[in-house]
Amino acid sequence: MKRREVRDTVTNINKENKKVVVTNLHKYFDKNEVLTGIDATIYEGEVVCVIGPSGSGKSTFLRCLNKLEDATSGEIVIDGYDITDKKIDINKVRENIGMVFQQFNLFQNMTVLKNIMMAPVSLNKMTKEEAEQKAKELLRRVGLEDKADSYPGELSGGQQQRVAIARALAMNPDIMLFDEPTSALDPEMVGEVLDVMKELAADGMTMIVVTHEMGFAREVSDRVLFMADGVICEEGTPEEVFGNPQNERTQDFLRKVL
Amino acid sequence: MDFGRVFNEAMPLLLDGLKLTVITSLASIAIGMVIGLFVCLMKMSKNVVLRGIAGAYIWIIRGTPMLVQALMVFFGFPQLIQLTINPAFRMDALTAGIITLSLNAGAYLAEIYRGGIMAVPKGQSEAARSLGLSQAKTMMKVVLPQAIKFSIPALVNQFIITIKDTSILSVIGMAEIVNKAKTYVGSTYVYFATYAVVALMYLLVISILMIISSYIEKKLKYEAKRGKRHRDKH
Repeated sequence: MKRREVRDTVTNINKENKKVVVTNLHKYFDKNEVLTGIDATIYEGEVVCVIGPSGSGKSTFLRCLNKLEDATSGEIVIDGYDITDKKIDINKVRENIGMVFQQFNLFQNMTVLKNIMMAPVSLNKMTKEEAEQKAKELLRRVGLEDKADSYPGELSGGQQQRVAIARALAMNPDIMLFDEPTSALDPEMVGEVLDVMKELAADGMTMIVVTHEMGFAREVSDRVLFMADGVICEEGTPEEVFGNPQNERTQDFLRKVL
Repeated sequence: MDFGRVFNEAMPLLLDGLKLTVITSLASIAIGMVIGLFVCLMKMSKNVVLRGIAGAYIWIIRGTPMLVQALMVFFGFPQLIQLTINPAFRMDALTAGIITLSLNAGAYLAEIYRGGIMAVPKGQSEAARSLGLSQAKTMMKVVLPQAIKFSIPALVNQFIITIKDTSILSVIGMAEIVNKAKTYVGSTYVYFATYAVVALMYLLVISILMIISSYIEKKLKYEAKRGKRHRDKH
């Protein structure tokens, strides 16, 4: 178990394994430049929170990482695969990257159980029986085993988001992307979703979280990226970024939100 | 009012016509639904050629009356084939009728499906793609099942139009209800009672269709809302 040795026991980070390497990423929507040159490296087991004002390109950056948005230029290497290369089978890469959306996006035509089982079964990763067992196990983990046969419309927002996390985990991904996972939730449901995410972080999952939950970013993340106007203006440990921000934009933003 | 006379004399004739109307409608709806699905997927594909073919097909069908389409399929194209490829080519009225109606319904159904697909929130397919599903699998497993549900009211509307459009096929000599009725009134002059019975027959067939569709629609709603109870029953 060489991994264990290099792993930082407190933070789970394995500095020898770069999971995500982004080099000079630019993204245009028509003539509007949304990302203006992003460089970032994310290591195995690291929990990175991306914060910043609305319209700063946080979500676009995240969506480029699993190619829901095509990068206009630059390089994005996930687990050694350059996903900006057209020859790479993006579907194979996506199997290892789970994503959780602001609007949950549970499949409305399926029960909770089927939502979780669908991808592993239809991509031949598991038999139906294995997938069902895995789905039930994941539902237990997010505290919703009694909702297996419900349809998404019957659940609260917080419950739907926990199912969405379980659905992403069913593919056994080694990277999880969270796109403002609590922004569409009623305040009393934010906690239950953040708790699931905290557990995931403690288990050593590599996580990239776009969030407005400063408390979560401060408490759980290993590193915080502050974005404004399509670039990463400042990055560092939560203590550095929240406690002693260097960049003027960061200082201005934090003054407003904290 | 001669209703008694129509029932006695014309009923066997009209029922024969009704049978043909129902068979033609069912066949055309079934074939039209398949054509519509393919044309819809073609129109939404990234391939310019496929998109062009689908667009041209929809443009021609929607831009010409079905009466003219029926005349082309029954008289026009067979003559063209006789003159160019095979002088012995023949097409019977039933085949021509089903081809016309299927092609006609297909164009409208393609647009109905497309409307249904566009009504499925983008997040649904993004979620499926993010899990590693291909575009085709995403369509089959996630988008289409929901799109069909959104399309049901418009689909039923099109089915009704298709059933009623069978009457136009009387011009190419297909022996459906209107054609049979015309034959009967031609020799008896019992216009009112005969055409009233014809109208009632259409009303009956379409009412049955509406009852079935509202049952399906309710069942789908029930399934979505009360999914749990529904599953327990099975």
